[in-house]
Amino acid sequence: MCKTCGCSDDSRPTLTNLETGRVVALDERHDHDHGHDHVHSHRHDHAGPSTATIALETAVLAKNDRLADRNRGWLADRGILALNLVSSPGAGKTTLLERTIRDLGGEISISVVEGDQETLNDAERIQATGCRVVQINTGTGCHLDAAMLAKGLDELDPPRGSVVLIENVGNLVCPALFDLGERAKVVIASVTEGDDKPLKYPHMFRASSLLILNKIDLLPHVSFDLAHFLKHARAVNPALRVVRVSATRGDGLEGWYDWLRSRSP
Amino acid sequence: MHELGIAQEIVSIVVEHAAGARVVRVVLEIGKLAAVLPDAVRFCFDLCAEDTPLEGASLVIIETPGRARCRACGNELTFDRPFGRCPCGETDLEWLAGAELKVKEFEIIDV
Ligand SMILES: Nc1nc2c(ncn2[C@@H]2O[C@H](COP(=O)(O)OP(=O)(O)OP(=O)(O)O)[C@@H](O)[C@H]2O)c(=O)[nH]1
Ligand SMILES: [Mg+2]
Ligand SMILES: [Zn+2]
Ligand SMILES: [Zn+2]
Repeated sequence: MCKTCGCSDDSRPTLTNLETGRVVALDERHDHDHGHDHVHSHRHDHAGPSTATIALETAVLAKNDRLADRNRGWLADRGILALNLVSSPGAGKTTLLERTIRDLGGEISISVVEGDQETLNDAERIQATGCRVVQINTGTGCHLDAAMLAKGLDELDPPRGSVVLIENVGNLVCPALFDLGERAKVVIASVTEGDDKPLKYPHMFRASSLLILNKIDLLPHVSFDLAHFLKHARAVNPALRVVRVSATRGDGLEGWYDWLRSRSP
Repeated sequence: MHELGIAQEIVSIVVEHAAGARVVRVVLEIGKLAAVLPDAVRFCFDLCAEDTPLEGASLVIIETPGRARCRACGNELTFDRPFGRCPCGETDLEWLAGAELKVKEFEIIDV
């Protein structure tokens, strides 16, 4: 167990290729080099009171941003469209992916990178549609980062001119901060989550290009004020496009498919 | 709780640049629109600094406000959320500052 962050071996990130069954440890980002090499210098024991200030001005996420740019270049070289699907847990990302692959699979070449803290459940659901998929398990991590996606893309090896759909870990907070190198973020919200989500999680709604409002088949059964929801979403991100769908019943999916088609290679 | 990952990143950036020197102070800039909670970073920082040259270092966090210019009237405004409305009624804003998340400087014991 790592003393600094309390992580144990079985909570470390892994990558699973559903086709080959290969499992790879993803600990590059989490390399446990928390300075143990330097700890025992004991210089402070003998040091005088004088100190020196070192100016840095370094972005905390600079490393992730560099890796994200590298992913973006890798994808562009191959003419691949990558989309980062984000939502709170259970909004319907996997259901929407299953449906999308079944409806568009003959028309667009799609493969999937699944992100979850634990289990291969979502990747197995995607695999059942006949689609190529790899699963990233983040362990204690609550979001995908650019280093994980780089490994995921390597393993997935998506064909040139195809579409890669990335299902991020269900979480409306940190995936907004971690650029993966995707072309755009698509945020999925569902009517069972309440109409104030855009105000509560403004960063995610602001970082996204498309908002898919899911589970509209449940509108008659929940108190969800659609006008309020749309007003809040537009207040946070005036440029946000919105489609309303039911991933299970199929309502409104053409709006999402048109958006996807118009961007696919 | 992405602040744990953020704090780990901060510690590893400073460890790398300190090249073995003992660090007594770290100064961060966190914008109001950075989606990072200063208190949570502070809590995680102490945890992540344990057993590193940053152990026991003080953490100074400079919080910078969100600034935006109204695209309709050109008014410059301050916000602590990543959205808002100009007094003229417009919500279409050009964001100028407030998303900063960086290590500004750190102080080492000079030997
Ligand atoms: N009524 C209704 N239920 C839906 C719809 N879409 C998804 N669901 C249900 O919502 C539940 C969660 O769906 P998932 O697709 O697993 O959600 P997810 O966002 O992938 O969840 P995580 O990966 O765990 O974050 C399942 O029981 C789905 O059947 C919809 O349009 N209408
Ligand atoms: Mg899922
Ligand atoms: Zn996270
Ligand atoms: Zn104005």
